[in-house]
Amino acid sequence: MSFLHYWRAMSGIVGRELWRFVTQRERFISALVRPLVWLFVFAAGFRAALGLAISPPYETYILYEVYITPGLCGMIQLFNGMQSSLSMVYDREMGSMRTLLVCPLPRWFLLLSKLLAGTAVSVLQVYVFLAIARVYDINIPLMGYGYVLPSLLLSGLMLGALGLLLSSFIKQLENFAGVMNFVIFPMFFMSTALYPLWKIKESSALLYNLAQYNPFSQAVELTRFALYGQFNLHACLYTLCAFIVFMTAAIIGYNPSKGMMMKKKGGE
Amino acid sequence: MSESVALAIEGLSFSYGNHKALDDINFKIRLGECTILLGPNGAGKSTLFSLITHLYDTRQGRIELCGFDVKQQSRLALAKLGVVFQQTTLDMDLTVDQNLRYHTALHGLSRKLATERIQQELERLNMFDRRFEKVRQLNGGHKRRVEIARALLHKPSLLLLDEPTVGLDVPSRKNIVDYVHRLAAEENIAVLWASHLMDEIYANDHVIVLHKGQIKANGMVNDVLKLTATATINEAFHHLTQGQTA
Repeated sequence: MSFLHYWRAMSGIVGRELWRFVTQRERFISALVRPLVWLFVFAAGFRAALGLAISPPYETYILYEVYITPGLCGMIQLFNGMQSSLSMVYDREMGSMRTLLVCPLPRWFLLLSKLLAGTAVSVLQVYVFLAIARVYDINIPLMGYGYVLPSLLLSGLMLGALGLLLSSFIKQLENFAGVMNFVIFPMFFMSTALYPLWKIKESSALLYNLAQYNPFSQAVELTRFALYGQFNLHACLYTLCAFIVFMTAAIIGYNPSKGMMMKKKGGE
Repeated sequence: MSESVALAIEGLSFSYGNHKALDDINFKIRLGECTILLGPNGAGKSTLFSLITHLYDTRQGRIELCGFDVKQQSRLALAKLGVVFQQTTLDMDLTVDQNLRYHTALHGLSRKLATERIQQELERLNMFDRRFEKVRQLNGGHKRRVEIARALLHKPSLLLLDEPTVGLDVPSRKNIVDYVHRLAAEENIAVLWASHLMDEIYANDHVIVLHKGQIKANGMVNDVLKLTATATINEAFHHLTQGQTA
């Protein structure tokens, strides 16, 4: 099994996912509409209600729209990660997951490639969103668009790995609605995407703790700092560790002897 | 193991909890041989296919593909395997060519070799002119042809087909049955075909009847007829499965 084989397989998986994404116009538009509604409607409405003190990485007072922009980047990646897991469940029900799993490469590598493919799509979505936000006067230093790429890759991988892990547990497509209610919404609302930690602390100590240990918060903070050319080591390490934990569990979940695949008995 | 044996299964058993899906399965399939796996619903055919394709791990018994243990040397074993699943597993929004290229990438074929193989396999199935059409635009029979072409791109020694003709009209079905039988003989590959349609069995085929997780018959068509003292494979099947429909 040569390096070239691995490279060709990974390029094939990532290329296929990117091609599917750009050709499915509805998916492209709907992925953008969600954060844009939050930016144009929600943030505009809450601008007056929420006062924000100066806190790193910001060096001056900022509008609420500016504050939630990194959170909305995270939101895109969170939904994309879950969407990837939805498509994995769908692929498995439809059987196309099998064509991937029967190819002669290690399963961890196939899952990692699938994850990279989903992350590439989410990074693309975030950049389109940031471009529209710029037109809306969310001015981020130009260098920030470059600095943010590695952090978007890491947070995309972490959220995608979570989706992958969930997909190894979900038996049927119908169960996916539960993911929406029990994973996406709690993760998003109990995070620093919409309000800073000190603001959460003022209202609830419990919520503060939950938000602090929520890996999504750390992914958002990593992105927030990177957009302003700063490196948040704590957020980076936390996100990296969460990625390793989720990915390892997902690989175990898809392992033919140890994981959940055994419990997903196909019809005879 | 003899070089001509493409698939060897020894003492294979498998359970889902307390339910025994497969019980002490033993058989061999040789290169150039077309083997039809017959069994009613719930016989264990899908479980057997999941074990051969390493979707599930073998816990008891052994599966060897061209001499490679599917559990211990899964990658070497899977490289020898081509599969056509019961459900269509093509990407409907991609063209025939894109679907096939994806498969060649997964098997590590170079672009040049992939182009050659795609042309070769599609021409054999009279589908080469349609390679730039989206799969969604093809009818059921043509989709199946593309799936068979895809399964052969990496030159496997064993071709697994899980009821590939379900839902097809009679001419499309006949076309595929003829093609796969020809393929086994001309290309010297082993074929394991799960089916419930007796007219897909040719007189010189190897037949395995699976019922309630056990092999009830294993031999050439004539051997099975002799064993059951019946005149047709349909009668033999009913005799072996106590009248259950396949």
